[in-house]
This record gives sequence, structure tokens and C-alpha cells, in this order.
Amino acid sequence: MAMSAADIERLIRQALPDAKIDIRDLAGDGDHYAANVVSASFKGKTRVQQHQMVYNALKGGMGTELHALALQTSAPED
Amino acid sequence: MSDNPVFDRIRQEVESNDVVLFMKGTPVFPQCGFSNAVVQVLTYLGVPFKGVNVLEDGEIREGIKQFSDWPTIPQLYVKGEFVGGCDIVREMFEQGELREFLAQKGIETEAA
Repeated sequence: MAMSAADIERLIRQALPDAKIDIRDLAGDGDHYAANVVSASFKGKTRVQQHQMVYNALKGGMGTELHALALQTSAPED
Repeated sequence: MSDNPVFDRIRQEVESNDVVLFMKGTPVFPQCGFSNAVVQVLTYLGVPFKGVNVLEDGEIREGIKQFSDWPTIPQLYVKGEFVGGCDIVREMFEQGELREFLAQKGIETEAA
């Protein structure tokens, strides 16, 4: 099983509608992606909390269908 | 936290070791690129740590994900606190935050 970049983006956008999402496929196997997510909802959150928000958006796909997601998160500059 | 029996074992590890890395493989033979990346960072900083090989313990492998509410391995703990996985440790290291964080926790690192 694998996830497409579009699936990942759709799921993240459902949870973080304002997010700016940039996804790169690292291996072309639907299993290894890098994603940069910028969202105002990250403001005031630790990196761990920000990443957990993205993982929760993927509804259990992270670590199961999706083996690797090199994640970078940030809140937009004011 | 629910009374998942493996939580006690995990708690025991993270409370009796300053730095614990739940990883795939061992510090000498990491068996995953992400685990290896964290081992390299800790080794570069000269930080002694305990490696817990989740490949040898299926209960801990799954239990740790619930314990920290984090879906992947590796997972780094410092003084009982979950610090992050490979991405976060690498990002903190690259931005010079990891050395500072460790110092705040009373953990010495080798000079750069």
C-alpha cells in the first residue's frame, strides 16, 4: 500500500485548510516523501506538536501506508 | 496514560537513562537510515546514550508509538522527555538548538 502526494495534500488540507503545502516525492515509490507545511495553526506550538498535527491529519497513514515523510513545519512569518 | 503494561517498561528506560534512543538496530549497527541519522548526531556531539532496538521487541516497537503519540521510529528521549524523531533532531541540530537544549538538561556535549 502506498499514498500519493495528492492523498497526502488532501488529508493535510482537510485538517489545516489554510496550509501552504509543498510535497516532494523522494523515491517515486509512494512511500518516501518530503513535505513542508506552513500554517497559522502551528503558531505557539512546539515542533513535536506541529508534526503531531500533520500526522493526525494523515489518519493513521503515517508509519503504516506511508513509510517515510521528512517533515518541516512552520507558522507563517507575521 | 492508559495502563498499557509496556508503558512501565518504557518509563523505566527513559527515567533511568539520561538519553534514550528507541531505534531500529543498535548504535553500532543501525538498521534504518533515519535511526542512523540520529545516532550520527548524538555521536558527533559526544553524547552517551542508550539505544533500545525496537526490532528485537515488538511490544516496545508498538508501545512506544502510543506512549509518545508519535507514529514512527526513531524516537529520542532526554531526561524522560520526548524530543522528537529524525526530522526534529536533525532540524534542532542544524539550527544549533540541540546542543543548547542538552545543556539546559544538564547534558554535556563535546566542543564543536
